[in-house]
Amino acid sequence: MTKDDCKKVVLDIIADIAPDEDLTNVKSDVRLRDQLQLDSMDFLDIVMELRKRHSIEVPEADYIQLASLDSCAEYLTPKFNALSAKS
Amino acid sequence: MKPSRIVITGVGLTAPNGNSLTEFRQNLLNGVAGIERREIRYMGSQLAGVCHHDALRHQTKKEVRVGTRAGSISVYCAREALADSKIAWAAQAKDRVGIYIGCTEHGNVETENEIYNISKFNYDTKFWSHYHNPRTVANNQAGEASLNLGVTGPAYTIGAACAAGNLGLIHAAQMLRLGEVDLAICGGISESIHTFGIFAGFKSQNALATHADPAKASRPFDKARNGIVVSEGGCLYTLERLEDAQARGAKIYAEIAGYHVNSDASDYVLPNPVRQAECVRASIRRAGLTAADIHIVNTHATATPLGDIQECEAIRAVFGEGCPETHINNTKSYIGHCMGAAGALELAGNLPSFDDLIVHPTINVDDLDPACALPGLVLNQPRKVAKVDTILNNSFGMLGINSTLIVKRFTP
Repeated sequence: MTKDDCKKVVLDIIADIAPDEDLTNVKSDVRLRDQLQLDSMDFLDIVMELRKRHSIEVPEADYIQLASLDSCAEYLTPKFNALSAKS
Repeated sequence: MKPSRIVITGVGLTAPNGNSLTEFRQNLLNGVAGIERREIRYMGSQLAGVCHHDALRHQTKKEVRVGTRAGSISVYCAREALADSKIAWAAQAKDRVGIYIGCTEHGNVETENEIYNISKFNYDTKFWSHYHNPRTVANNQAGEASLNLGVTGPAYTIGAACAAGNLGLIHAAQMLRLGEVDLAICGGISESIHTFGIFAGFKSQNALATHADPAKASRPFDKARNGIVVSEGGCLYTLERLEDAQARGAKIYAEIAGYHVNSDASDYVLPNPVRQAECVRASIRRAGLTAADIHIVNTHATATPLGDIQECEAIRAVFGEGCPETHINNTKSYIGHCMGAAGALELAGNLPSFDDLIVHPTINVDDLDPACALPGLVLNQPRKVAKVDTILNNSFGMLGINSTLIVKRFTP
């Protein structure tokens, strides 16, 4: 999985949990909370959907890594790749 | 000191056969039922009353996703009631508004959904939703409405089984009289069709209706009635003290005339006609009326074989044969049993009778059960009557809670 693939995975989840948001111009390097109406429960949704859909676990201490699409990609891409290497 | 006069100034509703009072009333007069077949988890196709209002009229997609069906119905009904009341909402002091919503039960839908969800993950509770608690708290319906409306006054629910719709109105009238709030948004809400448990529970009780034709499935007072059709729905009113309503030139639908609430203290599920009759009598007395002064009696009857007979026994005990101007009807024959919303919706369906002097009938009575043959029963066809100045609304519930609410034509 590339970092761009990873960003798409995260955006697909956000599209479901924040269905009123226009995601066409989300900036990768800007905090998601600064450009979208997302609260702490929504971030728990992202964590839950990563767990449900992709078997990816994000420990609470690492939630800060989900701040922007860029940081999501940095943090999650190795996890996705490690998972696919196992299977 | 004489208690304040309390009046109804707005109505917002969604029923299985209508999403506004106008549409609902028209369908009650035209004999249009709102029952359909619906897939119920674990149980397959069942009869149910389903609401088809546009939730996105007053909520974002995210609010609908995060909240509950009951909360969503509450928001719809509250917004529609406020619009109908023509209250200047932006200028309204939100801390002087109370939201009082009757509910039969709450939390079953969300709990069942979560258990079903984790069953897909080997019952690992780490897949249990973080929304579970705000969705299942007992004040959910009122809380979601307060969030949507920005109401900072008291907002809570009143759990009263299927008597709850009336209780929402009664409690609101009491709070207005106490001066706790200046405006009340009140009534009843139910999302019960989304929980298989209520269907399964009634089925195990042999109290779940079956019929080849969904429109004919809910048939109170008919000899062939065979149980309850479970429905969802909501009806919220705006209630105000008369002087406040008059000061802003509000349209007044009706005045709260009297009410009573009591308990059977006799059985978990079986109604008690003696206590029901006491409840009806007390409400008439508290309204300063006699039985003969009541022009419409809207029955609670749910189409269970025994329950209908027992309510008829209670009504017969109060009204006997000597009330020629009393007309008796039933709204569940159209919409099934909307549980916590039933009392509030059924009252709403009758309010236009003050204007049109027509009593909507009980439909689906092909063969009247002699045990339910009350004088004044309006069957299958609307009845034009000479006078409608009072409406008495019965709503009874499990664990033996009884509520009767009387409203009267407003005269200054």
